[in-house]
Amino acid sequence: MAYPPQYRYTKEHEWVDVKGDTATIGITDYAQHELGDVVFAELPKAGSSVTAGKSFGTVESVKAVSEIFAPATGEVLEANPELQSTPEKINTDPHGSAWLIKIKLSNPAELAGLMDAAAYEAYIAEKNKEASA
Amino acid sequence: MESATTSMPTELRKTALNAVHRRLGAKMVNFGGWDMPVEYPSTGGLVAEHKAVRNGVGVFDVSHMGDIRIRTGRRDGGALAAVQHLSMNDAAKLAIGQAHYSAMLYPNGTFVDDVVVHRLGEDDFLLVINAGTREKDIQWVRGHTRGFDCVVEELSDSYTQLAIQGPRAIDLLQKLTDANLAAIKNYWFTHGTVCGLPRTLIARTGYTGEDGFEIYVPSDAATSAKVWDAVMEAGRAFGILPCGLGARNTLRLEAKMALYGHEISDTVNVWEAGLDRYAKMEKPEFIGREALAAAKAAGITRTLVGLEMVERGIARDGYCCCSHDGVPIGAITSGSPSPTLGKNIALAYVPPAMSAIGTNIDVEIRGQRCKAQVVPTPFYKRARKAAALVT
Repeated sequence: MAYPPQYRYTKEHEWVDVKGDTATIGITDYAQHELGDVVFAELPKAGSSVTAGKSFGTVESVKAVSEIFAPATGEVLEANPELQSTPEKINTDPHGSAWLIKIKLSNPAELAGLMDAAAYEAYIAEKNKEASA
Repeated sequence: MESATTSMPTELRKTALNAVHRRLGAKMVNFGGWDMPVEYPSTGGLVAEHKAVRNGVGVFDVSHMGDIRIRTGRRDGGALAAVQHLSMNDAAKLAIGQAHYSAMLYPNGTFVDDVVVHRLGEDDFLLVINAGTREKDIQWVRGHTRGFDCVVEELSDSYTQLAIQGPRAIDLLQKLTDANLAAIKNYWFTHGTVCGLPRTLIARTGYTGEDGFEIYVPSDAATSAKVWDAVMEAGRAFGILPCGLGARNTLRLEAKMALYGHEISDTVNVWEAGLDRYAKMEKPEFIGREALAAAKAAGITRTLVGLEMVERGIARDGYCCCSHDGVPIGAITSGSPSPTLGKNIALAYVPPAMSAIGTNIDVEIRGQRCKAQVVPTPFYKRARKAAALVT
């Protein structure tokens, strides 16, 4: 699956798509593949705040629970309501309709440290190489 | 995202089929020091594998399991006496060609490991043990059989062990062997030619709660891959999937089969684990018997129960269980979504007073208490085929 060039990526495998001062956050295709069949997503409510580098929720597959870390600080505008009933969308459309939350950025400068798509693809290629060593 | 499964250092042990799993694109994990497939995403992944075993057939590489043979020394009877000393079940009751579930206990009545004991001959036994406890088990067996007239051999690295599991396992394996599989009862075994390999051990055993077989073939990579490929080919008509440890875990959990380090360990005794029927107290002696007798007289303070989540949330190993008013009462040993039932299930140790079916128990999931209820176990039991009246 292609990694959208306009997104920015974290080492913990979240993506962030910034439009003005609003950021949409999700997990990457690599992340959903590592997790396997997703069965549950626990996300913060609108109005709560998330902090860059801190856990803001969990995504669970049949075999494991994974914490999701915020790529940036801000106030939650919306958690994806569809994931309540169809969390498995995270497996099929992780970069699109299965976004996790939208936040209002409080410090857009934080995003400068994130990877672009090319850097992220190189990063996961390295991870895949380690795993098959 | 940070995954609970860890990536592996380089010194992990590998089964003879490691390259085959990697060729199939398996996701590999460190399981008890072994580099093992947890699931095969390119053929559907964990849930598809689980369903293949419940509805058709799946194959697992379980070569990481250990094998210890205990056979006659100078005089007949020494091996049986040794097994009777080591194992809480009654090996004297086994016929040649029969196997049973048992455990080796510490003197305090807790678990060294659970084992499947096969009676190969009058005074010849094969113990199949867990991967994570292999070294400990072999030392335990050697250390506690010194006074017996028997020979102990570790054969773990000699065999590739494949578990072919599911209602169609018999149809699949019958294509590859001259042995009459229908004549092998559950927990019995035979020797037959499989894929041209003579005298292959074929046991009607497994760890999935489904009908199936485990076969033991020579562990060289070429033979192992040849048998694996033959099984996959013969299973194609039945929709076979290669299955990893992820599905093995959800399958055994639905069937309430214990996993060492979870339901059973060196801190849990047989009565607490509910494995009473495998502990033969009428035997005059076995390691742990005295402690078990004392523990039975004293009564238990916790017991293993099945839970079904009532509220949203998945109980996982180690999560705290509490009563309705928030008092901690026990802990989850295993928990997962159940692919067969479509519910979130778990096993937990709780006080006997909280173990009745229907009791409400809260599970603390990341700081929030979620309602669960004690339910009957096993969570899943396969429908046994009625014996045919006319054949």
